[in-house]
Amino acid sequence: MQVEKFYYDNKIVKQFGFAALFWGIIGMLVGIVIALQLAYPALNFGLPFTSFGRLRPLHTNAVIFAFVGNAMFGGAYYILQRVLKTRLFNDTLSKIHLWGWQLIIVLAALSLLAGYTTSKEYAELEWPIDILITLIWVVFGVNMFGTILQRRERHLYVSIWFFIATWVTVALLHIVNSFELPISLTKSYSLYAGVQDALVQWWYGHNAVAFFLTTPFLGLMYYFVPKAANRPVYSYRWSIVHFWALIFLYIWAGPHHLLYTALPGWAQALGTVFSVMLIIPSWAGMLNGLYTLRGAWDRVREEPILKMFVVALTCYGMSTFEGPMLSLKSVNAISHYTDWTVAHVHIGALGWNGFLVFGMLYYLIPKMWGTKLYSVKLANQHFLIGTVGILLYAIPMYWAGFSQSLMWKQFTESGQLQFQFMETVTHIVPMYVLRALGGALYWIGALMAVYNIYKTVQTGSFVANEAAEGLPLSAQPMPVGHLHWHTVIERKPLRFLLFAFIAVTIGGAIELIPTFMIQDNIPTIASVKPYTPLELQGRDIYVREGCYTCHSQMVRPFRDEEARYGEYSKAGEFVYDHPFQWGSKRIGPDLHRVGGKYPNSWHYNHMRKPTDMTENSIMPPYPWLLEDDLDISTTVAKIKAMRTLGVPYPEGYENIAVADLQKQADGIVENLKSEKINADRNKEIIAVIAYLQRLGTDIKKAK
Amino acid sequence: MKFKNYLEHINGVEVYPLISLVLFGVIFLAVVVYTFTADKKSMNEKANIPLN
Repeated sequence: MQVEKFYYDNKIVKQFGFAALFWGIIGMLVGIVIALQLAYPALNFGLPFTSFGRLRPLHTNAVIFAFVGNAMFGGAYYILQRVLKTRLFNDTLSKIHLWGWQLIIVLAALSLLAGYTTSKEYAELEWPIDILITLIWVVFGVNMFGTILQRRERHLYVSIWFFIATWVTVALLHIVNSFELPISLTKSYSLYAGVQDALVQWWYGHNAVAFFLTTPFLGLMYYFVPKAANRPVYSYRWSIVHFWALIFLYIWAGPHHLLYTALPGWAQALGTVFSVMLIIPSWAGMLNGLYTLRGAWDRVREEPILKMFVVALTCYGMSTFEGPMLSLKSVNAISHYTDWTVAHVHIGALGWNGFLVFGMLYYLIPKMWGTKLYSVKLANQHFLIGTVGILLYAIPMYWAGFSQSLMWKQFTESGQLQFQFMETVTHIVPMYVLRALGGALYWIGALMAVYNIYKTVQTGSFVANEAAEGLPLSAQPMPVGHLHWHTVIERKPLRFLLFAFIAVTIGGAIELIPTFMIQDNIPTIASVKPYTPLELQGRDIYVREGCYTCHSQMVRPFRDEEARYGEYSKAGEFVYDHPFQWGSKRIGPDLHRVGGKYPNSWHYNHMRKPTDMTENSIMPPYPWLLEDDLDISTTVAKIKAMRTLGVPYPEGYENIAVADLQKQADGIVENLKSEKINADRNKEIIAVIAYLQRLGTDIKKAK
Repeated sequence: MKFKNYLEHINGVEVYPLISLVLFGVIFLAVVVYTFTADKKSMNEKANIPLN
């Protein structure tokens, strides 16, 4: 049979690449803004859509799904065509994928700014967008598998395995974590509550890191590092071990985000054990990448692309060493809720993901435009400023995290806490300034990349359809003799998908099923009662404003936390929390026991202007809560939805819920009046006060 | 570690970690055995796919 001629689709790669740059610049800029807000709270501007609680999810989502996501799709589409020797399956599907994903990003940005959020980190988007993501993900899958099935290369190169594992696992994670009961187009409640919700969320959250930020990028690494170094990967054998061990182990590690919380101990232990084991495959991958450059180190000195890959791989190695260390309970006791975690993820995001993307684009763009990079010198400068930016970002954050945690735990000789929470914040504000500076440097580097790529594009001419040729599979001789079993599954993509699916489901199932099935895992507490309608509305405002981005609701069983916040949190206290609000970072103090700690008037004034109540507070003001009317039209639907989810409101309670709500609001207004504050019972602030005053108080009634 | 307290209520729970450990062990060993017994020539061919 004759050699077939065909064309690689470069246009889709170009579009995804440009989209990654565009959203990357925006997402990183938002990051700089929120970093500065922590040092200069005036930058919150007293407006809802510019406050930290709404911008922070915008930053994380933009960087993860828009910057990294688009880069991953572009890179994967480039690689799939070349290692499979075929054009992408269907141009229309490619287009739907591209524009569908951009639509998701725009809707995500608008809805997060508007305060439509599920409050589950990196899964904040509301249900209509969740459905859209699912559809577009299916389009991606069909396009990828269609391409694989029409390939002209019998063997699936290791990059493809990583893309397959990415596809199947992200689908699983996204669907399981997004089960929610809608009450309107823009509001839903998580199907899970409290401990279960936390477990599912961090099973998702951790594996979003694993299967959105790691596995697809390993797929890119296994292609672009050998290409840029012009030599095959150091050990193909390692890559096979790397792949299976990584996808099998990663999926178990989620509970390490919940150490010392009210999560059952066995699940915490499981998370720790598997996290530690993860060092092995992660480092196998890093070393495999770095060793690929053996004999090419002289070129690493010259070539910005290789430099970026080396730093990316080093950052991958650093963060995958640090991750397991952070999952040791003794280390986690210090690191959790502090900026240490922030430093850790940015080593991954800026170093591993960011530099791999820029290295990849510096390689791809000249190739697709049939030219040379406009300025190697500029790219080298980008590398330099970016690396300094990463260091200037990470070092102050490590410092801040460590020192703040030690200050939290410091007691005086007479057994009193040595520092007020506010003092520990003031202490690290200079670090926040340095961090913003580091981020800004990295951002300037990214702008240099945009300029360099723009100039490169101008000097070359774009090859939208790149000619290639290959023998069809039917014309290629079958190998003689016995085939090894692994070689067989490498040649059967659908069977491969199945095996990868099984590997990730085992860990997920064993982790999740016991917590779901067994009531005894979450000891119920008789005095814990459902929220009143007013408190429920207040809670939804708490979710809307993203309070969880700065405040945890989880007092860990440590001496200092009990002294500072009160009795440690019990699993049974969260059984009606759809969704859970444990948080992951304490920019402000924990709020689980804040109920009854301050008078209503304190909260009223504090929300209006935090610095009036706490000197040097970096919390944004929330004046609109005092001005906007509470939307009580949703009350009935919310009560009904909660009952559907298993919250024991009596039958018919929804009919008197609004009256109950107003009665409770009147009580708070009355109380405020006694403290010389004239408040309107219809304002949102009243609901927020009701919720905050309820927090963590049920357990005290039992005593 | 409160492993036991939580787990003793689940029927046949002792088999859970055992299954997972065995599965992981078997898969891991099989993959390791495969990779280190695999034909060097075919490994090289596969590793060279991106460069061809």
